[in-house]
Amino acid sequence: MAHYLLAVHGPAERNEFGNYGSKEEMEEAFAATGAFNDALRADGYWVFAGGLAPAETATVVDGQGPAPVMTDGPYLETKEALGGFWIIDAPDLDVALRLAADGSRACRGKVEVRPFEGLA
Amino acid sequence: MPPTGDGGTTQGGTAAVERVFREEYGRLIASLVRRFGDIDLAQEAAGEALVAALEKWPGSGVPPNPGGWLTTTAGNRAIDWIRREKQRDAKHQAAWMSHDDTPHEPTGPVEDDRLRLLFTCCHPALAPEARIALTLRLLGGLTVAEIAQAFLVPETTMGQRITRAKKKIASARIPYRVPDAADLPDRLDGVLTVLFLVFNEGYLATGDGEPVRDELTREAIRLARILQHLLPREPEVTGLLALLVLTHARRRARIRDGQLVPLDQQDRGGWDRTLIAEGHRLVRRCLAIDRPGRYQILAAINAVHTDARTASDTDWSQVVALYDQLVRLDPSPIVALNRAVAVDELDGPDVALALIDPLPLAGYHAWHAARADLLRRLGRSAEAGEAYDAALAVTRNTAERAYLARRRGELVRPVQR
Repeated sequence: MAHYLLAVHGPAERNEFGNYGSKEEMEEAFAATGAFNDALRADGYWVFAGGLAPAETATVVDGQGPAPVMTDGPYLETKEALGGFWIIDAPDLDVALRLAADGSRACRGKVEVRPFEGLA
Repeated sequence: MPPTGDGGTTQGGTAAVERVFREEYGRLIASLVRRFGDIDLAQEAAGEALVAALEKWPGSGVPPNPGGWLTTTAGNRAIDWIRREKQRDAKHQAAWMSHDDTPHEPTGPVEDDRLRLLFTCCHPALAPEARIALTLRLLGGLTVAEIAQAFLVPETTMGQRITRAKKKIASARIPYRVPDAADLPDRLDGVLTVLFLVFNEGYLATGDGEPVRDELTREAIRLARILQHLLPREPEVTGLLALLVLTHARRRARIRDGQLVPLDQQDRGGWDRTLIAEGHRLVRRCLAIDRPGRYQILAAINAVHTDARTASDTDWSQVVALYDQLVRLDPSPIVALNRAVAVDELDGPDVALALIDPLPLAGYHAWHAARADLLRRLGRSAEAGEAYDAALAVTRNTAERAYLARRRGELVRPVQR
């Protein structure tokens, strides 16, 4: 088994319904994502998952100098940002890609699949 | 084994050793990858086995089962290497790719290994150009330099492309197995696409070097034969092989004095009758399975062409009917263009031109060439000339350029005002 990050990217600027077009859409996506998460747990793929607060709430910390330096905002100022992610434990890329497709359909966003280095 | 010295197939000169090695390469790599789960290790070990064969075979003769000899020798080298590495770096093992040791049911494990390797090389998570390169490198046994030359990219670029793909296979754990029945149709389509692209690049090279790259057409056919042998019940595989064989059968008549010769002007005596007979047999096998697909229909169209003793004997209504069937499966503008060219033979150039003109293919040389030919025959010389120029502007293949330039030169000049 190997760990994969399934990262969901979306617009950095969010409206009142997250990245969704309406309240109904948002609620449908949340419900579908909840069901997908339940399936991940039931099938033994689940490691961790979460939705992130908007990128503007991020703080970058550089602790390499004598005193840590704090910078308000995300490390990369981009139009698209990481909105949430899953970490799954899957036997191979085919399984990870299939789960990513299900997750993408559930949360209504594109999902980037990235393996962890080594067996994690 | 004592040297046979009979000058026959067991003679082991360097060239003979290299020929056997290339012939066996795909099988060798495939079985090593299954056993050791690491493509780089498989390639290293195969390379060492070649060195050993080059030392040994010229003196002792090629062994009766050279593939078995190479597999055993390479396997021993790989085990030596692993023992050395184990002492040095235990972490290496963690990076091994995911693999499945259970042999595939319908075929023997050795054959099946090549099938696994083909599906790994053509995995949809790899970029299309990487799939082609990996397939030619690992299954075809072509060198990086040969593949780079065939696709007109610098050797370092091709080397990086292959290295990157192999790295992704290992670290993302692209599995080494034949997809299950549910995924097979989609995945098989990806494999067939790779073989078809390799063949097409050989059949009408995009660059301005050799107009035909026989090494690519032959390699695509060889790999298609292996695939057809491994999956005899998949009609699209049989269809692709039939298509490649029937197309390849016409290769000698297709170029004369460095110029492309259109189908209706080819010397049909120069066609390879053995390949045509094979292609027709394969098409009949597809018809018996009765699950038509894109490659089977293209093969059937080629069967109609190769059935006609002269160009005028061609059963064009059959060709158009097959294209109609193809359009329903694949409603792409390129299929529509080829259908229109067949319609021309039945209904004339004005009908065909009306079908071709609206197609969004301005970047495609065959669209301009087809328009040019129709306009020429309709006597619209000025427009035909422009279309020939447009076709020349988007093709670099020397044989096609020579043909188009000659046609352009033969146009009746419009009256000068």
